[in-house]
Amino acid sequence: MSDNQNTPGQDVAARDTAAHPERFEDPGVPAHRSRLTDVDPQAAKRNERLIALIFGISCVGAIASVVVYFAVRPDGTTAGTRLSTALLGVTMAISLLGIGIAAIHWAKSLMSDHEHVDERHTLASSPEVRQVAVQHLADGVEDSGIARRGVLKGAAVSALALFPLTFAVPLISSVGGDWNVSKFRHTLWERNKRLAYDPTGRPIRAADLTVGSAAHVIPEASQEEMQSHEWITEKAKAVVLLVRLNPEDLRSDQSPEGETWSYDGIVAYSKICTHVGCPVALYEQQTHHLLCPCHQSTFDMADGAKVVFGPANRPLPQLPITVDDEGYLVAQDDFAEPIGPSYWERLK
Amino acid sequence: MSTDTSPSTADTPTTPAGKAADYLDQRTSVGGAVKEFARKVFPDHWSFMLGEMALFSFVVLLLTGVFLTMFFDPSMALIEYHGAGPEAMQGQLMSVAFASTLDLSFEVRGGLLMRQIHHWAALVFMASIVVHMMRVFFTGAFRKPREINWLVGTVLMILGLAAGFSGYSLPDDVLSGNGLRITDGVVKSLPVIGSYLSYFIFGGEFPGEHIIPRLFTVHILLVPALILALIGVHLFLMVLHKHTQYPGGGRTHKNVVGYPLFPVYIAKMGGNFFIVFGILALMGATMSINNVWNYGPYDPSPVGAGAQPDWYMLFLEGSLRLMPGAGTEWVIFGYTLPLNVLIPAVVVPGLLFTFLFVYPFLEARVTGDKREHHVLDRPRNVPVRTGLGVAFLTAFIILALAGSNDLIATHFGMSINQITWAFRILFFVGPVLGFWITKRICLGLQRKDRELVLHGHETGRIVRFANGEYIEVHRPLDEQERWLRVNYDAYKPLEIEPATDARGVKRPGYKKDKRWQKLSRFFYEDRVEPVTPAELAAAHSHGEHDEIESAQHSPELVSGAENAEREH
Repeated sequence: MSDNQNTPGQDVAARDTAAHPERFEDPGVPAHRSRLTDVDPQAAKRNERLIALIFGISCVGAIASVVVYFAVRPDGTTAGTRLSTALLGVTMAISLLGIGIAAIHWAKSLMSDHEHVDERHTLASSPEVRQVAVQHLADGVEDSGIARRGVLKGAAVSALALFPLTFAVPLISSVGGDWNVSKFRHTLWERNKRLAYDPTGRPIRAADLTVGSAAHVIPEASQEEMQSHEWITEKAKAVVLLVRLNPEDLRSDQSPEGETWSYDGIVAYSKICTHVGCPVALYEQQTHHLLCPCHQSTFDMADGAKVVFGPANRPLPQLPITVDDEGYLVAQDDFAEPIGPSYWERLK
Repeated sequence: MSTDTSPSTADTPTTPAGKAADYLDQRTSVGGAVKEFARKVFPDHWSFMLGEMALFSFVVLLLTGVFLTMFFDPSMALIEYHGAGPEAMQGQLMSVAFASTLDLSFEVRGGLLMRQIHHWAALVFMASIVVHMMRVFFTGAFRKPREINWLVGTVLMILGLAAGFSGYSLPDDVLSGNGLRITDGVVKSLPVIGSYLSYFIFGGEFPGEHIIPRLFTVHILLVPALILALIGVHLFLMVLHKHTQYPGGGRTHKNVVGYPLFPVYIAKMGGNFFIVFGILALMGATMSINNVWNYGPYDPSPVGAGAQPDWYMLFLEGSLRLMPGAGTEWVIFGYTLPLNVLIPAVVVPGLLFTFLFVYPFLEARVTGDKREHHVLDRPRNVPVRTGLGVAFLTAFIILALAGSNDLIATHFGMSINQITWAFRILFFVGPVLGFWITKRICLGLQRKDRELVLHGHETGRIVRFANGEYIEVHRPLDEQERWLRVNYDAYKPLEIEPATDARGVKRPGYKKDKRWQKLSRFFYEDRVEPVTPAELAAAHSHGEHDEIESAQHSPELVSGAENAEREH
């Protein structure tokens, strides 16, 4: 036992500082250790043969890939395509992995593994080089005369600042179509437009809907109308989800005073989520909740499509509906507010 | 002054290879480049191949991408489909883009394989970028002189997101169409410019008839060209700086220890390329991905439940899902500000990316270290950085999981509302916990290192002395083991000039310095100093058998308040 058993370590350290350096010294690169292949020629030979064999397997894989390409013709079924894909891919993988594994094994077992040391150089240029560089720039500025020809400088800068307009104006004026962003406000719905099933386009009779049923709805349109981009773009705004509730269950809807926007327990709401515009498609009959599968905003169809959970802030806009003389459901008018996600000038 | 026309008479090449090299060198001075680079030394570590994997999966993306462009037709013209695709698709109205995706999958032999390799390669590309960035972050490889290369890499990561998103939207199917619709909703939420930006992207109202050709140009020209150019910059800077190396004997800031490019790294890197490509081929062959014929062509009405974007987009999706909607849409002077979209889709990713962009400069500022760093840090030796990295990843992973909350709900039969609430809370608590736990683990590991250096390895060998005393024999570390554990800098918080000068005049800039010092304290207040030779000697001087006692009074954790005293 030493006498200074209970002396704090710092004191010992302080006393011994003179004798010890502040930091440990770098012991240098560890001694090189030979691999089995370095010392045993037989092991080296074995590895050489192994590497050659793996390269050989790669060759076989490549050839097999070509054979498979011609031999296994897809028969037009999904399974046939899958088989061809799997065989082509596996043979391709054999050819590629063979090369990779062989090359790396070669590097690790047979190529010299003696470590080399390179010196690094300071990245910064030397003061002399910097001085010359600065001098070059100063000479250039002097030669160009830019410092004393102010008008010229201004003119050159102006020209450079303006030339992108020649490119940007034609691009920007056309890239956004007609730039008429007020189109967000209107949909295909109008007075007496019939509600139709999506995607068949068949009109919906109120009597055909049983209590508890839900229907995906589009404005009635001919098959020809539906085969166009205009239709797809309009459909993207006009889709509606219609639900028939027990009239007692319908606690509220969005009808203003003195109007009725629903018909005998049937309510129709925009299917485009007021969050970021996904189609709100999952209806839960028991709770009357409508769930957006994208971000789980949940709307209560029995209560004015109010948000009960999730990232949406506003209820889904209601489509005012009624029935026409033949008993078909029709719209009373377009939506009272823009459908879908919020945007800056939405209320303007 | 001779009439000899040959530039060098000394050693005229005789072999064909020599002649070819001579021909080339006289026209390109390639000899200088070979002299410079052929035996250039690269340090060796498995984690250095993560960046390679990103590069190689990008090469695979280019190769398979060229194959796909031969057969893909990015047109939105509508046709009724009759082709080699599955039964369910026959007679459907669809865009030519979707139809050509079906045809290149079912009619072109090997087409589906190439499509699947391409998609998997994109996922692996992003994954290897993220893991590579983690390696760079946690080892401090972003420090001087590599800050600019870190920025280039971060931009590359963002471009990778753009490449992936523009790519998986191209088939014009229901899944990706709804992804575009979400994008449209996010774009519209931007104040002032939202509606116009939406028209800018879609050429009119969503979805219109321009988006697929536009995305195609973005996907095969704009983004890949930028990525290629920045990869050039990234690799140029890497070669210029010479690669970083892990700490160890003989590894200093002034050298680089490793193996020569030719032949060792030519073989290893070339081999790695083939292995990456081979594994991607195997994935493409055996794991089907994005079977668009199961979703069908884009139609604005249907939507799939349990639909997820590619993994690297999940954090944005999760961020959108977590934000509560109630009360977060503001109307100011009649203009609508949908914070329920802006915060999760713009502010949150904005903060995450800003952290990545500014971190190297922030750390350099609070460290006050202006030296070049070429030897990497062991993550434990910089506890606050490591903790911040883990906190960042925790936030990212929680958001990504939240982007799959519907799948979690259906797979585990849980309430989606409860899961969402749990993630809402975890998003704030998780990173703090992650930071704190990681920092503590790092400090613990550093103390463990001190313990090892001072007292050596436990051997399990118990010795009894003649007087009846038992001790366990400890085996001292060899110098290489020890060097690894003592060779680091334990930075101290910044010291700043006093508030007033000698004559009591207030110093301008003091408040700013004070703020930086505060941040610096956050980084370096808790630290474990490396063992010094004196401490080791002191530990040994206690005699050969009282290791355990000496452990109790070694100056291990230095905490803020005691700093000043300890310095005397």
